[in-house]
Amino acid sequence: MSTKTDKIDALAESAGKIGDDPGVSVAAAAWRRLRRNPVFITGAVIIAAFIVLAILSPWLAPHDPTVPMLGDQVVKAKNQIPEPQPGHPLGGDQVGRDLLSRILVGSQQTLLVGVLATLIGLTGGLILGTLAGAIGGWVDSFVMRAVDVMLSIPGLLLAVSIGALFAQPNVYTLIVAVAVVQIPVFARLLRGSMLAQRHSDHVLAARSLGVKQKAIVFRHMLPNSLGPVIVQSTLVLAIAIIEAAGLSFLGLGNPDDRTPEWGQMLGHAQNVIDSHPQLAFWPAGCIIVVALGFTLMGESLREALDPKSRR
Amino acid sequence: MLRYTVRRLLQLVIVVGVLSLLLFAWLRSLPGGPVSALLGERATAETRSRLTQELGLDQPIFVQYWKFLSRAASGDFGVSTGVQPGDTAADIFFQRFPATLELAFFAIVIAIVVGIPLGYLAARRKGGWLDNLSIVGSLIGVAVPVFFLAFVLKQVLAVDLGWFPTAGRQTGGIDATRVTGFFVLDGILTQEWDAAWDALHHLILPALALSSIPFSVIFRITRASVLDVLDEDFVRTAESKGLTTPVINRRHVLRNAMLPVVTTIGLQTGALLAGAVLTEKVFAFPGIGQALALGFERRDYPVLLLLILCAAGVFVIINMVVDLSYALIDPRIRTAGGVR
Repeated sequence: MSTKTDKIDALAESAGKIGDDPGVSVAAAAWRRLRRNPVFITGAVIIAAFIVLAILSPWLAPHDPTVPMLGDQVVKAKNQIPEPQPGHPLGGDQVGRDLLSRILVGSQQTLLVGVLATLIGLTGGLILGTLAGAIGGWVDSFVMRAVDVMLSIPGLLLAVSIGALFAQPNVYTLIVAVAVVQIPVFARLLRGSMLAQRHSDHVLAARSLGVKQKAIVFRHMLPNSLGPVIVQSTLVLAIAIIEAAGLSFLGLGNPDDRTPEWGQMLGHAQNVIDSHPQLAFWPAGCIIVVALGFTLMGESLREALDPKSRR
Repeated sequence: MLRYTVRRLLQLVIVVGVLSLLLFAWLRSLPGGPVSALLGERATAETRSRLTQELGLDQPIFVQYWKFLSRAASGDFGVSTGVQPGDTAADIFFQRFPATLELAFFAIVIAIVVGIPLGYLAARRKGGWLDNLSIVGSLIGVAVPVFFLAFVLKQVLAVDLGWFPTAGRQTGGIDATRVTGFFVLDGILTQEWDAAWDALHHLILPALALSSIPFSVIFRITRASVLDVLDEDFVRTAESKGLTTPVINRRHVLRNAMLPVVTTIGLQTGALLAGAVLTEKVFAFPGIGQALALGFERRDYPVLLLLILCAAGVFVIINMVVDLSYALIDPRIRTAGGVR
């Protein structure tokens, strides 16, 4: 498990580190490096645009994404789908709904899937990792063995198994399937950063002042683990969006396409991709750009936080 | 070393054991079930209950699990109910595993042949156009969903240009002798060159699509690792001894930089098993991944159980071998308090 777990462990260790310059906090030093990093700026701009788009999309969309207004141009038997035309720059989808509007509004569900999956994975990992790192002993061994078992199954395979558990796949079962895979990653990360801090000066100082264990964990150790957690969350957001698309493609996504979502649009386009590639290209392009944005941001954050990994 | 190996083997047994129990419980809680999948929605209650009894699905789950275990011990993993009805799960595994292995092998070869030299060159000319271009390429490689890449390759190179076949492992009419189940190898062994070429021709596109993620990872690790080694004192020593650059690169830089790369290659091979589910579906490639996707659709418990367990087992074993080889290659890990 070396590389996969090593990467998590290296990130976790950065929680206990003190900045190069003692006068500046770790966060401030990281920000100073990030400000001038073109990679980070590119990622941040993409993600900012994506979030603004998701929020404003109901007003930006020229048409209602749920109404098949071009339905009369769809001929199922002849595999005819509305081509781009005045008023509908990207044309329509399989049932004649405006593609541009669906892409725009679809950003909302994609953002929802990514954020919720990451949050659930983070919460689960937070609980397990804190338990393991703070209590130690048999709780630690038990949790970490369970985490190792989960990490030893390829992520997508696990997500597919979980996704197939549910009778009626919908957007929430999709989120759960993607999220569960991330729980062990976050758990290992948090446990690692707890351990890295256990013998650090600030924890030692708090302990010798007689601060209670609970307060040390919640006031001193957890806040200091925030950096690695933010880095990992950013990277997981990219993974979550890509994996959700993969699950949709395998038929484990949301079958109800009244609320558009990029992964689902891509999954549904697979039958018409030969004749109408635009139905796949637009959602796929959006997924790629957003995943790229989160990856760029996550990688540059990781570098900023851990100068050793800077290359 | 021995203790470590034993511990990892024990871990393997635990992983597969726990996983088999979980999967068993999960798969049986799936809605639909093999009875509906086999008989369809309109079957009478009587035929339903007869088949349920025949398949032993009316017994308590622990009895079912125990029966599964005791049969599995003698190599009997049950009969497929959906993927290839009538065939045993073990047969399906042995039929399809070589296909996926062959695909994964070619994918990882492509990733290595492109990723390592590119990573090395990018590190030597850090900040140059090749470096920046390949970094961007590797980042995009990770961001593109594998199945979409597979679709694009298939559409452009196979459907539009017609350079490659669109689906399957080998052209139907071809007369090929089966020896090992690895079609390319079979063709070479029996000297049926047309069969070998045909199988290879079918493999190129899926392997290319599947290689995108391992390529990105291998490229980045190679680059980072070469950069690390270039900073080392022994490289400076070699330079000051007056060794020529090619000699330094070959003997000192590359050899030392390959350690982390070897680890990564091993791990990526394991991860390819998951990517194969998506790629095989796009290219209708009759491997493990396609059987898994079909198995989920048709609720084929025995096949799913065996295939997922095998995939997880292979993944754990690869991880173990990688960790062990890591300790063997790098003496520092052994002396520094043993392997983790």
